[in-house]
Amino acid sequence: MTAGVRAGARIVAVPDGRGGTALPVLDGAGPLAPRRTRATGDEARVMLVGAMSGPLGGDHFAVEAEVADGARLHLGSAAATIALPGQAKGEARYDVRLRVAAGGELRWLPEQLISVKGSELTVSTRIELGDGARLVFREEQVLGRAAEEPGRLTSRLTVRSAGRVLLDQELACGPGAPGGWDGPAVLAGHRAVGQLVVVRPEFEKEPMAPRLLGDRASLVPLSGPAVLVTALAADALLLRRVLDEALLTIG
Amino acid sequence: MSRAALLVLADGRFPAGGHAHSGGAEAAVKAGRITGTESLEEFCRGRLYTAGLVSASLAAAAALGLDPVALDTAADARTPSPALRVAGRKLGRQMMRAARATWPSAELDALAREFPKGAHQPVVLGLAARSAGLGAEDAAYCSVYESVSGPATAVVRLLSLDPFDATGVLARLAPELDLVVGRAVEGARRALDDGVDALPAASAPLLEIGAEVHAAWAVRLFAS
Repeated sequence: MTAGVRAGARIVAVPDGRGGTALPVLDGAGPLAPRRTRATGDEARVMLVGAMSGPLGGDHFAVEAEVADGARLHLGSAAATIALPGQAKGEARYDVRLRVAAGGELRWLPEQLISVKGSELTVSTRIELGDGARLVFREEQVLGRAAEEPGRLTSRLTVRSAGRVLLDQELACGPGAPGGWDGPAVLAGHRAVGQLVVVRPEFEKEPMAPRLLGDRASLVPLSGPAVLVTALAADALLLRRVLDEALLTIG
Repeated sequence: MSRAALLVLADGRFPAGGHAHSGGAEAAVKAGRITGTESLEEFCRGRLYTAGLVSASLAAAAALGLDPVALDTAADARTPSPALRVAGRKLGRQMMRAARATWPSAELDALAREFPKGAHQPVVLGLAARSAGLGAEDAAYCSVYESVSGPATAVVRLLSLDPFDATGVLARLAPELDLVVGRAVEGARRALDDGVDALPAASAPLLEIGAEVHAAWAVRLFAS
């Protein structure tokens, strides 16, 4: 039996003093390689490049990003993250820790997470925002490759703003998940599920009104300066279309 | 404590307004996701392990004496749909009125003052159980049972389902209700040591989306 891979990436964004954003820390090891790409305006752009496949069973990945007051960071990823079964025993873990200071802005827009048959992955995403921080955060989960049964996936997303919890949601699906996960109350056969969280100080005074985006997606104001889009779709492509439209709606 | 107090609190006729809510079943029936006994059972099962677990752990935590204001914030964060937040607070307010008349306590009075428009229902339910001398497990049982009996009863009216079939669904789910109560109380005890973030946060995307779809209807039989 082999032990799983432990890998981490860390990104720190600060103002560069000339109206742009500098990245004094841009570290990655093994399968997680963050690369700086061309900047647009005052925003630094980072692409997370997967240098190996995974996470596989037993792996533990951790990604951390910190955005300081006055800095703007945009993160994307070069390809989907694919949870695979591994030789190592046990589940894989993927931890994401994001911190944005008051006056900082983070746009976290990676590609999908695909849960492959036989894989077991627990994702934990914790986002801490200072009072007045700005955030666009997207996560998309695809249950199985085309016409394949999914693996076991548990994903928890917690967003705190100024010390107060805005959103705390956990989705568990796939074989071995608690009963009813694919039934009429939870996923009802949909194989792609996504969330978009947008936090802006302006929403405190002028919250967006709830609205439906078709009959499988909703945009709702949270109890705080944030909106959440929750969407279900038959596949990754249709899901992305809904979330892209939602982002345009939010403006 | 009196075991009979649990029956009083769990009774569907306890005047706390629950009968006006379908727990998302009305939206699921209209969308064609609940069509009969089998899909009702899967709906209830999914609700039990998500919204049911979260509500039961909040109720258990309130019964254990955790700060109800922190629990109410935790309930908000676990209820993204504003339609469900409004429904939860309305039900909380009605539960508060019934509980204060039934088992008056200084803690219930304090919570009513803190949330004049209503605190989230599971928090009030947990505190009502505490005022009645009941424990965390009792509060969790009331809550999980409600999370499945509401939709089951509603579907009898919505689909003219045979009430015997609906009750059969509840009876078949009973062992899983026990299981979820165990997890809810475990989560509540963890929260006692580690804070309310340790409470379960299981979510059901279609319950959240369906609640918003339902709230947009001009005419509906149930409030949520």
